[in-house]
Amino acid sequence: MLSRTADNLYWLARYMERADFLSRAIEASRRLASLPKTYGSAESEWDSVLLSSGSSESFVASGRPLEEEHVVEYLTFAADNPGSIRNCLYLARTNARAVRTALTVEMWEAINGAFLEMQSFENRRKATSTEELTYFLEFVKRTSLSYDGGAYRTMLRNDAYWFSRLGLFVERADNTARLLDVKYHVLLPEKESVGGSLDYFQWSALLRAVSAHNAYHWVYRTSMKPWLVADLLILKPEMPRSLISCYESIVRNLDFLARSHSRQGPAQRQARKLHNHLQNLTMENVFQSGLHEFVSNFIGENNQLGLLISEQYLF
Amino acid sequence: MVQFDEMMGGDGQPRISYQRLSQWLSSVDVQWLSSRREQAELLFRRIGITFAVYGSQESTERLIPFDILPRIISRNEWTRLERGLIQRVTALNLFLKDIYGDGQILKAGVVPADLIYRNPGFCSEMFGRRPPHDVYVHIAGVDIVRTDDKNFYVLEDNARTPSGVSYMLENREVMMRLFPELFSLHRVAPIEDYPNELLATLRSVSPPRATGEPVIVLMTPGQYNSAFYEHSFLADKLGIELVEGRDLFVRDDIVYMRTTEGPRRVDVIYRRIDDDFLDPLIFRADSALGVAGLMGAYNVGNVTLANAVGTGVADDKATYTYMPEIIRFYLGEEPLLLNVPTYRCREPDALAYVLEHLNELVVKEVNGSGGYGMLVGPHASKAQIEEFRLKLKANPDNFIAQPTLALSTCPISVAQGIAPRHVDLRPFVLHGANSVKVVPGGLTRVAMTEKSLVVNSSQGGGTKDTWVIDDLLTRDDINII
Repeated sequence: MLSRTADNLYWLARYMERADFLSRAIEASRRLASLPKTYGSAESEWDSVLLSSGSSESFVASGRPLEEEHVVEYLTFAADNPGSIRNCLYLARTNARAVRTALTVEMWEAINGAFLEMQSFENRRKATSTEELTYFLEFVKRTSLSYDGGAYRTMLRNDAYWFSRLGLFVERADNTARLLDVKYHVLLPEKESVGGSLDYFQWSALLRAVSAHNAYHWVYRTSMKPWLVADLLILKPEMPRSLISCYESIVRNLDFLARSHSRQGPAQRQARKLHNHLQNLTMENVFQSGLHEFVSNFIGENNQLGLLISEQYLF
Repeated sequence: MVQFDEMMGGDGQPRISYQRLSQWLSSVDVQWLSSRREQAELLFRRIGITFAVYGSQESTERLIPFDILPRIISRNEWTRLERGLIQRVTALNLFLKDIYGDGQILKAGVVPADLIYRNPGFCSEMFGRRPPHDVYVHIAGVDIVRTDDKNFYVLEDNARTPSGVSYMLENREVMMRLFPELFSLHRVAPIEDYPNELLATLRSVSPPRATGEPVIVLMTPGQYNSAFYEHSFLADKLGIELVEGRDLFVRDDIVYMRTTEGPRRVDVIYRRIDDDFLDPLIFRADSALGVAGLMGAYNVGNVTLANAVGTGVADDKATYTYMPEIIRFYLGEEPLLLNVPTYRCREPDALAYVLEHLNELVVKEVNGSGGYGMLVGPHASKAQIEEFRLKLKANPDNFIAQPTLALSTCPISVAQGIAPRHVDLRPFVLHGANSVKVVPGGLTRVAMTEKSLVVNSSQGGGTKDTWVIDDLLTRDDINII
């Protein structure tokens, strides 16, 4: 297929996934920030959402005060934030329109419908209430579900599908890793002694941000323990947003591509290397070598994979 | 002037081809028809939302108005029209081959040489070169009007990159969803094989030196072009890649597209981009839409461009006036389709006549299109006429003039029931290496406002589905159905 088409599909999937992650992260932080002050500071909570979405620096540069209202506005509707949900949806739409022929009707309708609804949310924005925000975040999650479901149910299993899936999983791995990077301190094992109820809310917010709040209980059947939260998000293959699960999918989709192009390349090797590494890892290893180091290293390697995919296929 | 209505005859009775539609119309009530009109609007908005979106940001989604009543052409009429179209496009193609080659018709003095060589549509790059299979006009959209029950007039031969075929196809889809019962009353000739025929045409003109299955692509200026919807629609129906200039590159006079599997050779480019933008090395250097080196590959016969470069000289309004002579010259036949009588303002006698009768004539710029840059004498103010008089005197070569035609009307559905409106027709003619074909139908454009003669969609015109139906011999036949 055309490299430009593959590139557009890859980024389209990334933008949709990013919008979904942002809306979940905002929801989780709203819960946390609305707790009484003794449970932690709301400012630091909003700061960490900005950090995990990679827009902390640009937020500060924009001169907005670090308050819920402004952070939420910056992450949802702000036109001047390249990573806002609004811009993710707009960019997704632009990419989709350029590759209209590579999308199925269902995918196009999901994305174009979302674009139109986004505009009507924008027009009503002056009346932004917390209720309206809830509707909005729900809408974003619904959009990514119907887009993703449309892709899964209707696309031909060929290059277009594999590139689209690759974009989704590379982005998802990045999102989970960033979240861990920002919140690693609440997940360190020694925290348990200090722990207690304060951290419980941090952990559960973290799980909510990756829609794994119930999953935790089904997997571990025990009360919330920080190292188990980390284990769930990094090493549990059955958890769809864990790093290892993302890499399982990345390797699979890259293999499909390699088979159809009859060629394994640097991207396949990099993905397999990372996947093997995760498979041979235990949480003890991770904590011994440092959770923070592990996560920042992973983010770097994941970005590297993104570059290799571009070089190999999207020249 | 007596208005010719395609449905109602002079005797107040519906013409035979419209009998069934007319009967059906009297059996349904206005309310119901209105609800169908709204439903059509909804369907189109849905398709519109799916495809036809203009501009990038807050822009409104513009839909071309659609009328729900079919425009009917009987098989007999169509057969005549089809023959005329094939004749005309065949001649256009031979004309192009000639003027870019020996120039027989110019030497014979049938068409003035300076009209061709000094024409802005004449492409000197093409001089002495032959495109694969000598086909220039692969796809033509010939604009046809009627003024009575016998004659078809050609208004324009669009031989460059005619658009509108996606509306022809979509209109039919919507009509079949809205009025299945009306289709079962008529035997409507199908048009859905157009994409298939188009693909066959493009395959047939693949460069002879290309081996194996030809790789065909559709080249678009990009998603901000107003016809982008049609480009992506057709690429999808044809199952070919929709490429932009930046997806292609030329190496050693061979055109490649950039794919995930590396460079892939391209044999045929159905380009929906104007000559001027094709190759920045040859034409406009500032074109970011084209491909550097494309003309080099074209000139050595490694790639086919459809339509060929330089066809604009054939569909220009000055050349148009010579079409009857052109047909006689190459085919030795009398033209089956009529030309609208035209005054060439470059000729002193004609100019004098035009200047005297400005208030009766339509004056057009030779290279204008889309209904812009023209004077409609009977509807113009004194000031407008005087302004045009000056323009004409300053540069007579740039204009032609025609009498206002009493364009035929067709019924459209309006709030009160039905009402007549002026229409034209754009059938699409496909010229392959071995055959010239027309899909039975075309795009009917209709002026949505009463008495208006302007059918261009850029100026508020709408469209209709066009039905070619089998003939009924007498009115009694209807009762048998």
